Amino acid sequence: MQAPRFKWHIVVFLAPAVLVYTAIMIFPLFNTLRLALYTEADQMRVFVGLENFRTLFGDPRWAASFWNALGNNFWFFLIHMVVQNPIGILLAAILSHPRLRLAGFYRTAIFVPTILSFVIVGFTWKLILSPIWGIAPDLLSAIGLKSLYAPWLGKEEYALTTLALVSVWQFVGIPMMLIYAALLTIPEEILEAGEVDGITGMSAFWKIKLPLILPSIGIISILTFVGNFNAFDLIYAAQGALAGPDFSTDILGTFMYRTFFGFQLQLGDPHMGSAIATAMFAIILIGVCIYLFGIQTRLRRYQF
Amino acid sequence: MNKARRNPVNVFAAHAVLIVYTLIALFPVFVIIVNSFKTRKAIFREPLALPGSDSFSMIGYQTVMKQGDFVLYFQNSMIVTVASLFFILLFGAMAAFALSEYRFRGNTLMGLYLALGIMIPIRIGTVAILELMVQTGLVNTLLALILVYTAQGLPLAVFILSEFMRQVSDDLKNAGRIDGLSEYTIFFRLVLPLVRPAMATVAVFNMIPIWNDLWFPLILAPSEGTKTLTLGSQVFIGQFVTDWNAVLSALSLAILPVLVLYVIFSRQLIRGITSGAVK
Repeated sequence: MQAPRFKWHIVVFLAPAVLVYTAIMIFPLFNTLRLALYTEADQMRVFVGLENFRTLFGDPRWAASFWNALGNNFWFFLIHMVVQNPIGILLAAILSHPRLRLAGFYRTAIFVPTILSFVIVGFTWKLILSPIWGIAPDLLSAIGLKSLYAPWLGKEEYALTTLALVSVWQFVGIPMMLIYAALLTIPEEILEAGEVDGITGMSAFWKIKLPLILPSIGIISILTFVGNFNAFDLIYAAQGALAGPDFSTDILGTFMYRTFFGFQLQLGDPHMGSAIATAMFAIILIGVCIYLFGIQTRLRRYQF
Repeated sequence: MNKARRNPVNVFAAHAVLIVYTLIALFPVFVIIVNSFKTRKAIFREPLALPGSDSFSMIGYQTVMKQGDFVLYFQNSMIVTVASLFFILLFGAMAAFALSEYRFRGNTLMGLYLALGIMIPIRIGTVAILELMVQTGLVNTLLALILVYTAQGLPLAVFILSEFMRQVSDDLKNAGRIDGLSEYTIFFRLVLPLVRPAMATVAVFNMIPIWNDLWFPLILAPSEGTKTLTLGSQVFIGQFVTDWNAVLSALSLAILPVLVLYVIFSRQLIRGITSGAVK
């Protein structure tokens, strides 16, 4: 090891990973940010500075689509935060109960939707919620709530929320597993010490376990954030690239796809597509920074 | 365990909640698979009934087999997934070994550089990736997908594997060095076999997103010969929206391979998630 020679083996070990990663991930990422500063005129690429962004935020047609997609994306994220994560925590808390029978079976079964592709999930729910097939109305009338039924995916006011809930159905297994793992690491002595002081059952969960799993909840929140702000597949599979009805389910991923590839009469524009990608990059970066510097550093971690 | 935490009412409530949620999780999958084996009439008349002797039908599967090239799609998905996993594991383990084993200038910086990709989704760079693939003539090849998934999987693989490689005993490696083994032999013969469980975890983590991805097959390899199973079923179902038998059968065919893989690897996957999160 002390040989002063150049250590070629380090280069050999690192080179393949660094090359592939740089060429396919980092370089295109920055190239996309750069392409956002160009436009095409007479089949030539022309540098236009921030003109594309001025169009994106300033031109009423573009701005309306952009803010619509961004707003929808935030709503999509919000539903995940208030529905998916609490359900995941609840299931994990029950599963981590010592000596619960069949815990392995429940865990495996509840995780099944997570392994299915968006195409399967999107179409499956589309069929189940469809008024033609009638499974959803039948089930609702079986519990006497038939009047609540509406063709949710076809209604502008419900479609996005419905899709967000479908996505929650699909991904609830991930917070469940991560919280479950975190709960298992809490040492028995701490819970017993709580019991000696009369803290049991629900209050043990709120006062002892929840503070201890906060770092995991933080990680899940940022994973959900990044995942939601680059989501595309579910909306595309269920509603198509037009994110209907009337763009009410349009999120940044589908908006970028349409802009990049064109739809109906509008031609595809890689430069505007890059501008939207840049905006998505900025949003994700802000989210990650808020998490890293604002949240993660304030959460207290306990070492056992 | 003492009595304070074991109360029959609570146990009953716990099972009730879990059973209800398990039903919610499995019901849609069940409905699709059951109805794919029924005649069109029976699908609509009694969607929740099991197929009986008069309602049983394989017509949907026959349409799918005749119309869609599902064997080819399946093969494409298989090639892309297996090749990507191979490169993620090989390149990832090599880089992880370099980062965890040797002290060299820029080590930390290199680690941070490779970790960047854990948080930033590769999809942001799609416009330039497509341009790159067009320039290199890789559009509509499986190689384009393999390269993209390898790049996408490497950051997390390097991160997880280097954590594990730090735990491999130094004495073992130094004993190898004294015996005159080269650094390459030490890596392939001594270290790799010891981190096999971690490699399995990384493989299972990457397998599902690669197999299920729709975005990159749609953009980089949409030609008939390179469609993956996910893209193939998307296109097929889109064309046959009104043929319920065919749609349900196509969905079942898409569910089946994943479900089989999941049953085989679920233990590994769950262990991977739980042990990874402890770190």
